Amino acid sequence: MNNLKQNITSIARKTAIALLVVTSVSGSALAAGGSIEGAPEPAHIDWSWAGVFGTFDRAQLQRGYQVYKEVCANCHAMDLVKFRNLSEPGGPEFSEAAVKALAAEYEIEDGPDAEGEMFMRPREPKDAMPAPFANNNAAKSSNGGALPPDLSLIAKARGHFSFKDMFMGRDGLTGGSNYLYNLLLGYEDEVPEYILAHDEHTNEMGKEADPNFTEEHFELGDSNFNNFFEGYKIAMAQPLDDDYVEYTDGTVATLEQQAEDVASFLIWAAEPKMEIRKSIGIKVLLYLIILAGLMYAVKRRIWENVRH
Amino acid sequence: MSGHSTYVPKSNAGKWLEERLPIISLMHSAAVSMPNPRNLNYWWVFGGIAMFMLIVQIVTGIILAMHYTPHASMAFNSVEHIMRDVNWGWMLRYTHSNGASMFFIAVYIHILRGMYYGSYKAPREVLWLLGMLIYLLMMATGFMGYVLPWGQMSFWGATVITNFFEVVPFIGDDIRTLLWGGFAVDSPTLNRFFSLHYLLPFVILGVVVLHIWALHVPGSNNPLGIEPKTKQDTMSFHPYFTMKDLYAIVLFAILLFYFVFFNPNFMGHPDNYIPANSLVTPAHIVPEWYYLPFYAIVRAIPDKALGVAGMFGAILIMFVVPWLDTSKVRSAKFRPAYRIFFWIFVVNGLLLGYLGQVNTTDDFLGIHGITNLLISRVGTIYYFGFFVVILPVLGLIEKTKPLPNSISEAVLGVEGAAEEAAEMAVATKAKA
Repeated sequence: MNNLKQNITSIARKTAIALLVVTSVSGSALAAGGSIEGAPEPAHIDWSWAGVFGTFDRAQLQRGYQVYKEVCANCHAMDLVKFRNLSEPGGPEFSEAAVKALAAEYEIEDGPDAEGEMFMRPREPKDAMPAPFANNNAAKSSNGGALPPDLSLIAKARGHFSFKDMFMGRDGLTGGSNYLYNLLLGYEDEVPEYILAHDEHTNEMGKEADPNFTEEHFELGDSNFNNFFEGYKIAMAQPLDDDYVEYTDGTVATLEQQAEDVASFLIWAAEPKMEIRKSIGIKVLLYLIILAGLMYAVKRRIWENVRH
Repeated sequence: MSGHSTYVPKSNAGKWLEERLPIISLMHSAAVSMPNPRNLNYWWVFGGIAMFMLIVQIVTGIILAMHYTPHASMAFNSVEHIMRDVNWGWMLRYTHSNGASMFFIAVYIHILRGMYYGSYKAPREVLWLLGMLIYLLMMATGFMGYVLPWGQMSFWGATVITNFFEVVPFIGDDIRTLLWGGFAVDSPTLNRFFSLHYLLPFVILGVVVLHIWALHVPGSNNPLGIEPKTKQDTMSFHPYFTMKDLYAIVLFAILLFYFVFFNPNFMGHPDNYIPANSLVTPAHIVPEWYYLPFYAIVRAIPDKALGVAGMFGAILIMFVVPWLDTSKVRSAKFRPAYRIFFWIFVVNGLLLGYLGQVNTTDDFLGIHGITNLLISRVGTIYYFGFFVVILPVLGLIEKTKPLPNSISEAVLGVEGAAEEAAEMAVATKAKA
């Protein structure tokens, strides 16, 4: 009877655990995107900063800033990042003099002065990155009606925080950087075969046609096809290609290199405190683990002569 | 909280205070001399952990409020100001946002422990009711807290939830307008949510005091579900349980700070890093994970008014559990059938949580022809069936196992208990 009781408990427990695993695994599978036959697999980059002890590669962040500055910043604002952040620890760590010079390349309206007039002055490290358009409407009208999103937090606003990353000891931010990397590499000149094949396939199955996979839907017009954008049609034209920038540190500017650099830079822009977060985290957890050991020893000592 | 105190003030100041306000003996009886069953297992540590989390939330929240601006055009950036410019702001904010989740984890385990061991049964009904009130207040506080960063999920979550109130007959529209402070979710909504989000934790704290008071009258339940009879069945709260609770709190803090420092956005939604925009609806509006089972229930019921009633009913029905359960035996240890239904209830709750965040029309786990909606409905039926059918009926028909005579007999065996009792008697005599 006792055995039966234990068995039932253990079966119930195992079911609960199994279900928890199934739900979490399927949850992350869904998050990874559709499973259309023939679709290219998104790449998973081995980011230098992803692990528990991971830190940014300064040279990479500096290159990433260059890509952002010369390419992205033509359309995208980055309101939350200030020039001074570029010299702060845990980031690209440009020298303060370099940051002063970088900021001074742009002007900003200030004032009013003593006469009540607004005036233009060079930007200083305390100022934000310059926005390419005066306001959202100006940005839209210059971009065929689509609003280029602000890039300050884009790396945290895209991609999913997955169980797999957690179990692999990776920072949850990798979902966002992998997404950005794949997006930059995911452009196609024409609607690829696998998309149209998917439409035919659903027709053959006798299922209702998926309105997102018909030929009419993929008349691109002003938009572009991207394998990794939700709905596949993206307003942004392919922003990067081989040698779009000439790296000052001599690194060969392949498309992959630029995409990796700028994705890392955008992670830093979204989470500028990542390095200090992890380095303090290790100390905090070590402290707590030792404390837990001491607590356990004391607890055992107190309960030593009590049977319970 | 009276009756257990062995506190005798030693200093003159202590005596002076004790005659005027016996607050020290009150605290002494609550946290030092209170007799606790000796056989409590580790499922009993989650009350202390929840208390710890409440304090973490209040402390971090008060500091965050010093830097936050509750205005539709400034809230999002003020949170980013905390993340980027306030000294240690990122740590406070991540601790607060992950702390909310951890608080709910602790409370969910605490509630389920109460259900497994029948802790809500007489004479602990008021204790249970106060606990449920805390849970309800937590739900409201958590919801309003999630609105404050004013991201897309904040805004649209607030829109969805406040629109639920529309179905209240006659005054639904007025309630909604009152919640909004206008005719849509906007700055006035954010402002009143901030005000209430600051207020409610202190209300929770007050109810926690009552909850502890209500605990100290009958004392803790225990895994056997039988009342302590002799002194032998209990141990004093301090140092035995203070130390055990502290150890558990440190272990729980390791879990909390793993998330804070190494995966701080895991339990959040990426869309909440996009500023609120009333013109762009997110593809999937998903509430915080701790509401997901109830969100699955509201979506499972085809009629909107009934769905909302079902969602609130799913929480409110927990209040009457002490009167739905007809079994005389408390602990599931001696209720073999209840134990099975209980674990199905737990799995069903996790399942509903999963279903609360997927498309209702998609296939369930990719099984062709079985939609998530269908499984949600089955889960909803089991959820309510557990309370209104299984709990009342099972208590009448279930063949329970025999209960032990006393806690110490169950722990030490009949002979061991007698031996220990004899030792204790000798010790008392020697003292006298």
